[in-house]
Amino acid sequence: MSTQSATKPLSVKSASELLRMEGVRKTFPGVVALDGVDFDLRRGEVHVLLGENGAGKSTLIKMLSGAHRPDGGRILVDGSPVRIHGAQDAERLGIATIYQEFNLVPDLSVAENIFLGRQPRRLGLIDRKTMNARAAELLARVGVDVSPTDRVRELGIARLQMVEIAKALSLDARVLIMDEPTAVLTTEEVDKLFRIVRALRADGVGIVFITHHLEEIAALGDRVTVLRDGRSVTQVPAATEQDELVRLMVGRSIEQQYPRERTAPAAGTAAAVPLLKVEGLTRRGSFQDISFEVRAGEVVGLAGLVGAGRTEVVRAVFGADPYDSGTVRVLGKRLPGRDVNAAMDAGIGLVPEDRKGQGLVLDASVHENLGLVTLRRATRAGLVDRAGQRRAAARISEQLAVRMAGLDQRVRTLSGGNQQKVVIGKWLLADSKVLILDEPTRGIDVGAKVEIYQLINELTASGHAVLMISSDLPEVLGMSDRVLVMAQGRIAGELGAQEATQDAVMALAVKDIKGVTEDVKEMEGSRGH
Amino acid sequence: MATDTLKTSNAHQSPKAPGGSAVLRRVLLDNGALSALVVLVGVMSLMSGDFLTTQNLLNVGVQAAVTAILAFGVTFVIVSAGIDLSVGSVAALSATVLAWSATSQGLPVWLAVILAVGTGILCGLVSGALISFGKLPPFIATLAMLSIGRGLALVISQGSPIEIPESVARLGDTLGGWLPVPVIVMIAMGLITGAVLARTYSGRAMYAIGGNEEAARLSGIRVKRQKLVIYALSGGFAAIAGIVLASRLASAQPQAAVGYELDAIAAVVIGGASLSGGVGKASGTLIGALILAVLRNGLNLLSVSAFWQQVVIGVVIALAVLVDSLRRRA
Repeated sequence: MSTQSATKPLSVKSASELLRMEGVRKTFPGVVALDGVDFDLRRGEVHVLLGENGAGKSTLIKMLSGAHRPDGGRILVDGSPVRIHGAQDAERLGIATIYQEFNLVPDLSVAENIFLGRQPRRLGLIDRKTMNARAAELLARVGVDVSPTDRVRELGIARLQMVEIAKALSLDARVLIMDEPTAVLTTEEVDKLFRIVRALRADGVGIVFITHHLEEIAALGDRVTVLRDGRSVTQVPAATEQDELVRLMVGRSIEQQYPRERTAPAAGTAAAVPLLKVEGLTRRGSFQDISFEVRAGEVVGLAGLVGAGRTEVVRAVFGADPYDSGTVRVLGKRLPGRDVNAAMDAGIGLVPEDRKGQGLVLDASVHENLGLVTLRRATRAGLVDRAGQRRAAARISEQLAVRMAGLDQRVRTLSGGNQQKVVIGKWLLADSKVLILDEPTRGIDVGAKVEIYQLINELTASGHAVLMISSDLPEVLGMSDRVLVMAQGRIAGELGAQEATQDAVMALAVKDIKGVTEDVKEMEGSRGH
Repeated sequence: MATDTLKTSNAHQSPKAPGGSAVLRRVLLDNGALSALVVLVGVMSLMSGDFLTTQNLLNVGVQAAVTAILAFGVTFVIVSAGIDLSVGSVAALSATVLAWSATSQGLPVWLAVILAVGTGILCGLVSGALISFGKLPPFIATLAMLSIGRGLALVISQGSPIEIPESVARLGDTLGGWLPVPVIVMIAMGLITGAVLARTYSGRAMYAIGGNEEAARLSGIRVKRQKLVIYALSGGFAAIAGIVLASRLASAQPQAAVGYELDAIAAVVIGGASLSGGVGKASGTLIGALILAVLRNGLNLLSVSAFWQQVVIGVVIALAVLVDSLRRRA
């Protein structure tokens, strides 16, 4: 794929150019997040940033908002190099960012939020009259029916977004960065947002727009920059065909680093037994009508964009969160909802997405962590068989080749890959038949990844089943026997190992499921805020 | 004497009993609170000739007993990242229930003791239920229980002390003419605390819940149920502390043990536990309680005014935790 040729020469400068990034690099410990990104923004245009999860979009916009500093390359505003070392710098340069998680204080009024930290003052006291009047002007410009004195807590998600936009306008932003602003809006609200964005564009504001909804690109955008693996691979007009955009996003070959050993399932034998069967699982606002099964000896991949509802589904299956309707069965036996212990006893194990926040007791030792799931089983008359627990921990940590100073080492001080082995290890000790792995290799090095893949092979070879969520497409494709793709809280499609290509998965992941979407988004809007 | 009891209880906590001087040095270096206690005992011995006598050290033990027993109960709570402000009130309420049921109602003493301990456990269960099922922050739930417990003690006793039965009062005496019973109860409760923390399902669950409640829940630990157990234990320990206190005062006083919860929390924290949970040991708590008792006793012997004693104790609490946190960072 000769995508490099599409990149425009850097030297061309337009008089209307607001912002330019040249060869920007950013590394985090162990990860290269951005590896030479070029990007530019003109007055009065909507420039779409497109890329898979982890392509570097968030890191890029955080450079512009001052949350991260680049390690290399330069950023120019109005043709002169600038340093953006914090929110103040960004504000001074006229760059405003609207993140997916809003930065609003729920218990303050709309006007107070818009002018937070910059409230108009008279004699040292906040001049509410002026503040409310100016907020009303801004809200009128955005065209939203909200009073400056309304409390933010009482607003729905669409209006929160409009308040964020009003706040950006109050800063006289010339560059407006919007991170997936439509992800939580209904179709009507999206139309309204688009009208506002077009009006801002007409006023000469430059807008950086991130979206996963390809149909929005042609509707709103002018140009598209595609990021892949931390590089800007190409820049194309917004009118580019959707198929082509998908190809540009995923355009890489799967390297043979996913050593899935697929054992041909012999019909009618143990391999065909459905261990886990989920039917019609629904939680309003999160996911709808989820049905699938996972058979012994099988790895089922659960692909989709961040926010598609994958984690929510597996947590509900495991009993960590409730669901409204549907059933979860293990070997034909129905599990009660919201009961982790029932799921565990039936043989389900969950390796959660957030290893440090949900998987480990960081300040406890390796053997304490390994023994957590089996603690109850190792208890007789209230007393824990600690020697037995320790022996078991020693055995499993050797089997998993956990690199550590000893069983008493605190897991906080282990590397990410070894921490993940400990999380998996505690479920292996419990002899879980169905292991749910949520982003099992996120943030761990290549060597440890391969060890985890080997482990998955060993598990399935011995009749266990694995349900794996991963946002790493090559990983899902390389390791899964079947791939379920989720989009907007639903299963958009199922692909066999042969038909599951990156393009096919991405096409399903960005599929707009009409009708359902409205409902799901509305519910999400009423949640939390 | 005091250091002897220390060693035995310490030996129970860790498999390595201090043997040679090298081992002893390591134990002291590893344990900031223990070193502080040793230094404090040394200083007090030098400054007052009356300090290092068997009789006085036993006095220190008696003075430490009530705080230590309360603090053992609070250790469970703090290890699980909670807090219990109600233990002083619950101690007074339990003692009042004991005296009222035995003296005023004429119930047999054994039944009165069961009722008293049951009262403490019940108070803990109520706090635990408010925290687990009502989702109240532990601070608020136990603050409410602090007020409720004290109020009930005043209601039952109508505001005046109630005499306690002869057999209970004897708990304040000595065994064999020299070993005070409160010290024995303190050591026994310390051993129980150590065993619960180190050996039982609930104890291990406390560390997991305190270290990372969500990880504990997703590992199948029934967090809500365990919180009931934790606060019930704290309440039960408070009841026993209340009975010991009443035996020393020879009556149950509804206004007794006011503010003791703060001493108990201080003892736990001085002993190396973290208020953010996941860390804490019975031996540390015992040392913490002994440090507070040695300070009070020593300052009394040195005729330091009660007002200045409060200042000194505050400084020692701050120093002990400061040194510990600096040592951990290093």
